[in-house]
Amino acid sequence: MRITLQDVEYRYQINTPFEHLALHDVNIDIEPGSYTAIIGHTGSGKSTLLQHFNALLKPTKGSVTIGDRRIESGRKEKELRGIRSNVGIVFQFPEHQLFEETVEKDICFGPMNFGASEKDAKDRARKALKQVGMAEEILEKSPFDLSGGQMRRVAIAGVLAMEPDVLVLDEPTAGLDPRGRMEIMDMFYQLHKERGISTILVTHSMEDAARYADEIIIMHRGTVFKKGTPLDIFSQPEQLLELGLDVPDTVRFQLKLQKELGIRFERICLSVDDLVSEVKTVMGRGNQ
Amino acid sequence: MAKKLVSLENIVFKYEGQTRNAVDHVSFDIYEGEWLALVGHNGSGKSTLAKLLNGLQFPQEGSILVNGTELTEETVWEARSKIGMVFQNPDNQFVGATVQDDVAFGLENAGIPLPEMVKRVQNALNKVKMGSFLNQEPHHLSGGQKQRVAIAGVIALQPDLIILDEATSMLDPRGREEVLETVRELKEENLLTVISITHDLEEAAKADRMIVMNEGKLYRQGIPTDIFQMEGELIELGLDIPFSVKLSKEFKEHGIGLVKSHLTEEELVRELCELHSKM
Ligand SMILES: Nc1ncnc2c1ncn2[C@@H]1O[C@H](COP(=O)(O)OP(=O)(O)OP(=O)(O)O)[C@@H](O)[C@H]1O
Ligand SMILES: Nc1ncnc2c1ncn2[C@@H]1O[C@H](COP(=O)(O)OP(=O)(O)OP(=O)(O)O)[C@@H](O)[C@H]1O
Ligand SMILES: [Mg+2]
Ligand SMILES: [Mg+2]
Repeated sequence: MRITLQDVEYRYQINTPFEHLALHDVNIDIEPGSYTAIIGHTGSGKSTLLQHFNALLKPTKGSVTIGDRRIESGRKEKELRGIRSNVGIVFQFPEHQLFEETVEKDICFGPMNFGASEKDAKDRARKALKQVGMAEEILEKSPFDLSGGQMRRVAIAGVLAMEPDVLVLDEPTAGLDPRGRMEIMDMFYQLHKERGISTILVTHSMEDAARYADEIIIMHRGTVFKKGTPLDIFSQPEQLLELGLDVPDTVRFQLKLQKELGIRFERICLSVDDLVSEVKTVMGRGNQ
Repeated sequence: MAKKLVSLENIVFKYEGQTRNAVDHVSFDIYEGEWLALVGHNGSGKSTLAKLLNGLQFPQEGSILVNGTELTEETVWEARSKIGMVFQNPDNQFVGATVQDDVAFGLENAGIPLPEMVKRVQNALNKVKMGSFLNQEPHHLSGGQKQRVAIAGVIALQPDLIILDEATSMLDPRGREEVLETVRELKEENLLTVISITHDLEEAAKADRMIVMNEGKLYRQGIPTDIFQMEGELIELGLDIPFSVKLSKEFKEHGIGLVKSHLTEEELVRELCELHSKM
């Protein structure tokens, strides 16, 4: 499913003294089956942008096209359920999407709301819990009696159980332990590869952006500052640093080492393997 | 060795209606002026420990001594006035209708006079770069902005002990480093003690000491260099090792003649440069 934003503007609390321009002149095209990472400074508009991808927020100017539905400012929209069942959002704060009495009911809510039978929903809940590395024994617990990272996992499971075509992830790994972070990011990538799920990831991890995304979008002060492949984006570290952003740890290390050695490597290293091979070359032991 | 600020003695805590202990016979000391990093897998009992330290929950067994006084329902107010806590989810913490009211709230409760209060609020918000959001509603901020305001709230209180429960998890990497640097400065200036609960092992590597939790139990405590020696063991516990340690290992495995272990990137860069100059 293609998602296109045209000249999107979004103002919070429009026409009140608290009006706040959070997005302006945003043009984005998300191709079916693509993996897009969105990066940007705190407050640059990433979460606001994400909520346009499933029409939770409607633009105050411009239009958003989601599959064959076109959402325009100033027009009443009815029946957005189709969109909501196709585009699953994992929110920045997991508490914002948990509300049922038990974990099981919580995960089943989405699928049942969109027409799955209770039995089917329960099967999906078990499967989704496994995908996020949780034991079935928590199904009967209240989602609010969980640790932060456990809540995060349940919130992700709830979205997976809807089996959406598009996954929109707002810092989905905040609060996860290092192993969970790796496993869950790999799981999302598997889904993307195997089922062609379009994935849109907001992240502060430049490593994840470099590792998984086909395209990176940099948001800055409410608008798209730049788009490109990870190599394009991270080949100009100075620019990123100026925006208050960072580079992946491999690139940061490369820059430090280059500076101390007073030389430049042949290429920008986006992975540890790249870095090892460049350093071997520089250290004169390239052909062991 | 510095003075003991807090002692936990054989603490057991189980949430109502649960079968397992969330905190299971845990003992450790917190020393005045140290930066203690608390790490461990999801559900290992870190936030529960934080709530016990702040007297939001009381242990079923064992005792917590703050400056030698046992933490009980009677002494909790006195202790809490010295402890500032930033919760894992800042939304649970906001009470004020505006950012400045929110930061002022704790000070008002502590009976700080108005002129002093105004100064401290502005100062704390400036320190976390939120000085221009005074009248915004806290719930209407972005995720990272919320975390910054929550941190300003405890900075303004000037407590003896700050507990940060994943307080910077939604900040961009540079923002996170800036905010932590601010807390480090305060720590140096005011003999502040910091407990930082974190999944960011790069951050933990900069602590004075670390505690590793596993399934409610204290698994290991020590200085970061010793903790990160555990390498494979840490990974089994659901954790990881810092980037520089990982990289140093990779380099060695690929025949680059490094001999030391490297907890920081600077150390690794330095040894690589030495090697290079000998070629
Ligand atoms: N409900 C709201 N009402 C008014 N302003 C808001 C609201 N939510 C967010 N804002 C403002 O809009 C801007 C963009 O916020 P947004 O949440 O999109 O940022 P973000 O890029 O997701 O940041 P972060 O990385 O901190 O999560 C911020 O300046 C924020 O203060
Ligand atoms: N309010 C509660 N009621 C019942 N059980 C709870 C409650 N809060 C936490 N638990 C359970 O207690 C255990 C410890 O939780 P705690 O929140 O201390 O973990 P944590 O180490 O902070 O994890 P995380 O890294 O995910 O934040 C977990 O098994 C959790 O499910
Ligand atoms: Mg956000
Ligand atoms: Mg916790």
